[in-house]
Amino acid sequence: MRHLMSPLDFSVEELDKLLDLASDIEANPQKYAHACAGKKIATLFYEPSTRTRLSFEAAMLNLGGSVLGFSSADSSSAAKGESVSDTIRVISCYADICAMRHPKEGAPLVASMKSSIPVINAGDGGHQHPTQTLTDLMTIRSLKGRLGSFTIGLCGDLKFGRTVHSLIEALIRYPNVNFVLISPEELRLPDNIRDDVLRRHNQQFKEVVRLEDALPELDLLYMTRVQKERFFNEEDYVRMKDFYILDADKMKLAKPDMTILHPLPRVNEISVEVDDDPRAAYFRQAQYGVYVRMALILTLLEVEVC
Amino acid sequence: MLNVGRLNEGVVLDHIVAGKAMSIYKYLKLDRMDCCVAIIKNAHSNKMGKKDIIKVECPIDELDLNVLGFIDHRITVNIIQDGNIVSKKELNLPKKLVNIIRCKNPRCITSIEQELDHVFFLADEENEVYRCQYCEEKYRSSRKKQ
Repeated sequence: MRHLMSPLDFSVEELDKLLDLASDIEANPQKYAHACAGKKIATLFYEPSTRTRLSFEAAMLNLGGSVLGFSSADSSSAAKGESVSDTIRVISCYADICAMRHPKEGAPLVASMKSSIPVINAGDGGHQHPTQTLTDLMTIRSLKGRLGSFTIGLCGDLKFGRTVHSLIEALIRYPNVNFVLISPEELRLPDNIRDDVLRRHNQQFKEVVRLEDALPELDLLYMTRVQKERFFNEEDYVRMKDFYILDADKMKLAKPDMTILHPLPRVNEISVEVDDDPRAAYFRQAQYGVYVRMALILTLLEVEVC
Repeated sequence: MLNVGRLNEGVVLDHIVAGKAMSIYKYLKLDRMDCCVAIIKNAHSNKMGKKDIIKVECPIDELDLNVLGFIDHRITVNIIQDGNIVSKKELNLPKKLVNIIRCKNPRCITSIEQELDHVFFLADEENEVYRCQYCEEKYRSSRKKQ
């Protein structure tokens, strides 16, 4: 039995296979419409999420399966003080697979150690968000036709932005990826990613503060939201939240074929006027997220579709 | 010079940095063991000037000495049997630490679930960096911090 805690849990070859499966699902959805009939996914969300939870549920429903779960800690036994370990032991009796989001880092790993069903980390604090990474990889591969040989700018909250951390860890395994890290000083990439991931792998990267300085050289721009829920201090959040706003004027500096990604939800870091720009791919990215989660569910449940 | 009698079976931890004996006493959980322990503080050392020494009389397999590699792998560990030194244990940084250090990341699951073991893995041997199994919070050994 396999779990998914980090994007590195899959080798590059396994990832290729998973993305191939996701692409086949995109091309032939009917072929997979009953692949998980009789199976259930439990979505255990200890903190609010719209996209991730619904995309997991949509993925299972698209596969002919069923869903159960909770969408906040208040509506779960956690409110009564139940541990993650106990919850997963019980949920293992009810479902075939589970996706867990938790505000505390490492909670899904704790669950996986006690679970008898596959556990998918659907986001743990500021730590990892591997299925967003799978979504990002599929989007990049589908829209750019390759994973590698590009310059990607990661912009915004690089300190607490778990999607950024996971994406970097995944992309360093592909050739010729140049990273441009765009953030205010206070939200720079944490040292465990900069030192242990980028520097240790001799990865090309540079850090800049102004988005305008980076835009002309980017093939991909990955925007992120400054996440209010990650700050202990309201004043720090207020000071940071409007640091980057991508608008039509700034887009004039970008390459004509640059692709804009965003894990969503967006607040104001991308002006709505950019949505109609053909380079804006963040809503298509959400669609790819369903296909890739379908592929992941099939893979972890070891369901073969002929 | 203070004299402490010879051990019949146990360990002698020599060349402990002066003043560190009590922290090693705690790391080895000697306070929980029903055995004879001698702690010698500020003993003369040609090599170090001053040093601490701990002598523990107990069956050798009752002690988890691997943790000493984390505290200070320069400590000399003499294994005593039948009153004689039968071997010297080489200390290396342990690959895994369980409940030796605690994760201080307030966002870590261990901050709210008290029954969880605090597990750290050796992430960078050269720089003696450990990371929490759950949240990957960094912990650098105290010698490297200095």
